Amino acid sequence: MLKTRVIPCLTIKDGRLVKSVKFREHRNIGSYISSVRVFNARDVDEMIFLDLDAYEKGMPVRLLEEVAKECFMPLTLGGGVKTCKDIERILKIGADKVAINTAALEKPRFIQEASRMFGNQCVVVSVDVQIKEGGYEVFGRGGTWATGRSPVEWVKEAEDLGAGEILLTSIDRDGTMEGYDTALVKSVSEAVNVPVIACGGAGTLDHFVEVMKDGGASAVACASIFQYTQVTPQNVKEYLLKAGIETRI
Amino acid sequence: MIAIIDYNMGNVGSVRNAVLALGAEVALSSKREEIEKATHIILPGVGTFGDGMARLTDSGVIPILETEVLEKKKPFLGICLGMQVMAEFGEEGGRHKGLGWIKGQVRRLEIDEKELCLPHIGWNDVVKKTPSSLFENVISCVFYFIHSYVLVPEEKSNIIASCAYGEKFTAAVEKDNIFGVQFHPEKSQKSGLTLLRNFLDYHA
Repeated sequence: MLKTRVIPCLTIKDGRLVKSVKFREHRNIGSYISSVRVFNARDVDEMIFLDLDAYEKGMPVRLLEEVAKECFMPLTLGGGVKTCKDIERILKIGADKVAINTAALEKPRFIQEASRMFGNQCVVVSVDVQIKEGGYEVFGRGGTWATGRSPVEWVKEAEDLGAGEILLTSIDRDGTMEGYDTALVKSVSEAVNVPVIACGGAGTLDHFVEVMKDGGASAVACASIFQYTQVTPQNVKEYLLKAGIETRI
Repeated sequence: MIAIIDYNMGNVGSVRNAVLALGAEVALSSKREEIEKATHIILPGVGTFGDGMARLTDSGVIPILETEVLEKKKPFLGICLGMQVMAEFGEEGGRHKGLGWIKGQVRRLEIDEKELCLPHIGWNDVVKKTPSSLFENVISCVFYFIHSYVLVPEEKSNIIASCAYGEKFTAAVEKDNIFGVQFHPEKSQKSGLTLLRNFLDYHA
């Protein structure tokens, strides 16, 4: 039976591992490579690695190479992916999937080009959402560009264009550890048939069960809980399993 | 030395990293000299069947592979799309001709797409059907999959393991010196590295 994936999400800024709160206050939390090694040794299901500066500064190829060498689990790399050439480079380095965010919002056809060339299983469309007056709104450029788009419409379009997975991040919950935005996750996972990875807000073990059972997520991603608490990915998987959700133990 | 066929299709980097981690020498190549020198050949691949075959054809590697794998019987492992292209035909993005090493075709997973997501992404149980050296010492038979299409061999004896996602499908094949896996051993942590080790230790 297909197992629910528990995915640590690592974010990089200025070459350091950082953790933000609501996409701000990026706190330096140490070396990314030791973090990658720990997660690999802990036999995690998958890992997402996002470079927050890459959109402006370009992809940090050497850093990505360093990370890919330590990863024998599926690895999604994101940050500054704008062209099919970028994707080819990232896959050559050792990634399995790429996360596309701003470039897809600026030019939705990029999703189509990418999935035609590399297969939709390789194309993760990353969607950052914030609550604004009038409801949920999709944000680009690291949460600084209000696109005026609704997440449900955008993910449907992204799926039609060939997105293989949606990485859905709640900006409001990011780093707060107050729980996933289950209503947001539910609206998006009901709108598409591709897997939805919920991200942003995990602080307790119950939060994971909630977003799986009530939100209909296919996978859970998180950062703070693994950085700031004693909880390990294995704890999460054991807890989910006890709650009747299949995981790889 | 292990040749990993580079035909600009997919995650060759992660396959190379995994084989290097096992202590083997690697050549990432589509050149005759290097593939001739190799003891084992791996054909990775992520992407669509039609593109994969087009790029294999363009790279000129097909006749080389036919000599090394079919005639000289070098151990060969196709991963994901690299396994699928061994079929006679693939239906992804139109009907395309494959290498034809394994009788059968590649078609989309026949599942209720309202109930289950496609692609089939994630860790899933692999059930061994017939004993194969490929799965020796693999303790946890859970591997990472990422695909929407599956290989359906005509000769069921080619199937050494299966998996279930909406329907039962081929997870691994073996035919003489030729192996294929639908999942990604290079991304399946310890279980995957053990399987790759078994392949590298296999001698026809």
